[in-house]
Amino acid sequence: MATQHSRSAARLMMAPAVILLLGWMLIPLTMTLYFSFKKYLPLRGGDLGWVGFDNYVRFVSSSSFWPAVATTLIIVGGVLFITLILGVLLALLLDQPMWGQGVVRILVIAPFFVMPTVSGLVWKNMFMDSNNGFLAHLWRAFGAEPVQWLSQASLPSLIMIISWQWLPFATLILLTAIQSLDSEQLEASEMDGANWLNRFGFIILPHLARAITVVVLIQTIFLLSIFAEIFVTTAGAFGTKTLTYLIYQRVLESQNVGLGSAGGVYAIILANIVAIFLMRIVGKNLDA
Amino acid sequence: MGQIHLSKVTKSFGDVEVIPPLDLQIDEGEFVVFVGPSGCGKSTLLRLIAGLEDVTGGQVMIDGQDATTMPPAKRGLAMVFQSYALYPHMSVRKNIAFPLRMAGLDKAEQDRRVAQAADVLNLTDYLDRRPGQLSGGQRQRVAIGRAIVREPAAFLFDEPLSNLDAALRVGMRLEISELHKRLATTMIYVTHDQVEAMTMADKIVVLQAGVIEQVGSPLELYRSPRNTFVAGFIGSPKMNLLGGTEAAKHDARTIGIRPEHIAISSESGDWEGVVGVSEHLGSDTFFHVNCPAFAEPLTVRASGEIDLKYGAKVFLTPDPAHLHRFDDKGLRLG
Ligand SMILES: Nc1ncnc2c1ncn2[C@@H]1O[C@H](COP(=O)(O)OP(=O)(O)OP(=O)(O)O)[C@@H](O)[C@H]1O
Ligand SMILES: [Mg+2]
Repeated sequence: MATQHSRSAARLMMAPAVILLLGWMLIPLTMTLYFSFKKYLPLRGGDLGWVGFDNYVRFVSSSSFWPAVATTLIIVGGVLFITLILGVLLALLLDQPMWGQGVVRILVIAPFFVMPTVSGLVWKNMFMDSNNGFLAHLWRAFGAEPVQWLSQASLPSLIMIISWQWLPFATLILLTAIQSLDSEQLEASEMDGANWLNRFGFIILPHLARAITVVVLIQTIFLLSIFAEIFVTTAGAFGTKTLTYLIYQRVLESQNVGLGSAGGVYAIILANIVAIFLMRIVGKNLDA
Repeated sequence: MGQIHLSKVTKSFGDVEVIPPLDLQIDEGEFVVFVGPSGCGKSTLLRLIAGLEDVTGGQVMIDGQDATTMPPAKRGLAMVFQSYALYPHMSVRKNIAFPLRMAGLDKAEQDRRVAQAADVLNLTDYLDRRPGQLSGGQRQRVAIGRAIVREPAAFLFDEPLSNLDAALRVGMRLEISELHKRLATTMIYVTHDQVEAMTMADKIVVLQAGVIEQVGSPLELYRSPRNTFVAGFIGSPKMNLLGGTEAAKHDARTIGIRPEHIAISSESGDWEGVVGVSEHLGSDTFFHVNCPAFAEPLTVRASGEIDLKYGAKVFLTPDPAHLHRFDDKGLRLG
C-alpha cells in the first residue's frame, strides 16, 4: 500500500483540507498577533501605530487579569470534577438493565442538544430567579430564605449550569467505555473475592482511564473558551469574568482591539500550559 | 474437600428452560468433563456451580454445605474462563496475586505463593509483563495460576483450550492433566471436544439440551453407550448407526458398530459395498464404504498398509462382540 506513488497521491489529496485548516488557524492567529502590537481603537482614531509590548504589559497589569485567570481555572476544574464523578455514576447506572432504558438514555443526552445561550437563560430565569425560580420555591417550601444564586453564589451557580450541559457528553463517552468492558473480567474478579468497591476500583476504573482522559481533554478545550453561559447570566459581574470574557470586554466594550488581541495571545498560552499539563498527567493513558 | 452435589437443579432464562431438573454427584479429587453439542447448557451448568448464575430451582451442595444462595467468592471454587479474563492493566504478578490480595493476605505470603505458582507453570520470566504482551498459551497459564494460588476446593474450566492452536492444545491438555495428578483437587472441565473429554476425564458427563444423557468413565461410555446419542457422540470417527433389515436381524431398531470393529476384505464378508472417499492418516486409513443395504455410507478403520482404490468392491464384516443394539426409543438393549 504505502508505495512512494500512493504516498504522494495521498499527500496531494489531503492538501486541500490541510491548506484550508491552516488558513483557518493561521490567518486569525497572524491577525491577532499583528493587532496585539498595535494601538488600534476603531471608534477613537483607528490604527494609531505600533506600540511594541505595551498591550501585553497593560493586559497583565490590569487588576482584572489574575482574577480572570483564576476564575477560568476554577470553572474548568469545577466542571471537570462534577461531570466526571456524576458521569461515572450515571454511566454505571445506565449500564444496568432496567425498565425504560431507551427513554432514560435519551433524556440523559437531552441537555447536550440545548444551545448554551438557551440553557443559560432557562437556568437563570426558571431555576435561579430569586422570586419566581423553581429553586426559590423549593427553598420557601422548606421555610428557608431563597438564595440569590447568580449574585451570592455566582461561581458555583455557573459551574452548575455548565456541568448540567456537559454531563451528557461525559456520561455518553463513559457509558460506551463501560459497555466495552468484558463481563468475564468482572465475573472473574467476583470469583476472586472482590466486593463491589474492589471491582469498581481495580477493574472498572482502570478500564475507564482512557475514556476519562478523552473526556478531560475535550472538555478542557471547550471549557477554556466558555462564553455564552456567562454572557446571558451574570454578564461577567460578581467575579465570573473569565479570560475569554475579559478579552471580549476589552475588544467590544472598551473598543480596544490591540489590548484584546494581546489578551487573546495570553489565552492561547494559558490553553497550551493547561494542555501540556493535562497531557503529562493523563496523556500516558492514551498510549497503551 | 471438593465434593459437589447437585439435586433437582433447574435453570430457566425467562420462559426458556435451559436445564430441566438435574442430579449430579461429583466426588472429591475427580476430574469431571462436561461434553455435549453447542448450546446444550454446559457453560450454564458450570456457572450455576460457580454461583455466577442463580439456580431457578433445586439445591447445590459443596462439601456437604448448602451453597445454593452463597455468593461465588464464598464457595471456594476457582474458575478459568474461555477468554482467560485476565486483568489487562495489571502485570502477570498482580493478576496472579489478585485473589490473595482480595483475601487480605500479607505481602510476603502473597509473594511466596505467586512465586510457587509461577514456578509450577513456567511463568517466572514473565511475571512483570502485562497480559497483552503474552502469547495465548502463556495467558492460559496465567489464568490457571490465578486459580491455583487460591488453593480452591475445586477448579472450574470453561473450554479453556478452545482459543489455542492444535499443537498447543495437546500440550496444555497434558499440563492440565499433570496438574490434576499433582494437586489431586477436584476439577470440572467443559469442552465440546470429545478427544479432550476421553483423554482427560475420570468421569464424563454427556449433556444434550440440558439433560444428562450418561455419566461414566471414558471407557464405560465407549464400551456401553446408554443410547444412540452417546454412541454417536463419543468416539472418533463416529460410530456407524444402522437401521433397516440388518438391524431387524438383531432384534433392534438401530444397531451400532464402531469403525474399528469392522473387518474389511476384498474377497468375502457379510455386507457388500463400494469404497468411496478414503482418509489416510499413515498409521490408519478410514474408508467410507457405500453399501446398498444401508442409506448412509459406513466408516471403516483399516491398517495404513491396506490400499483400496476409489470404486473398488469390498466386503465388510462387523465384530459381533462389539455390536451395539438400540430399541425404538434409541435406548441400549442387552
Ligand atoms: N443469559 C442468557 N439468557 C438467555 N438464554 C441464555 C443465556 N445464557 C445462555 N442461554 C441459553 O442457554 C442455552 C445453553 O447455553 P450455554 O452457554 O450453557 O451452552 P454451551 O453448552 O456452553 O454451548 P457452547 O458449547 O456453544 O459454549 C443456549 O440455548 C443459550 O441460548
Ligand atoms: Mg459454553
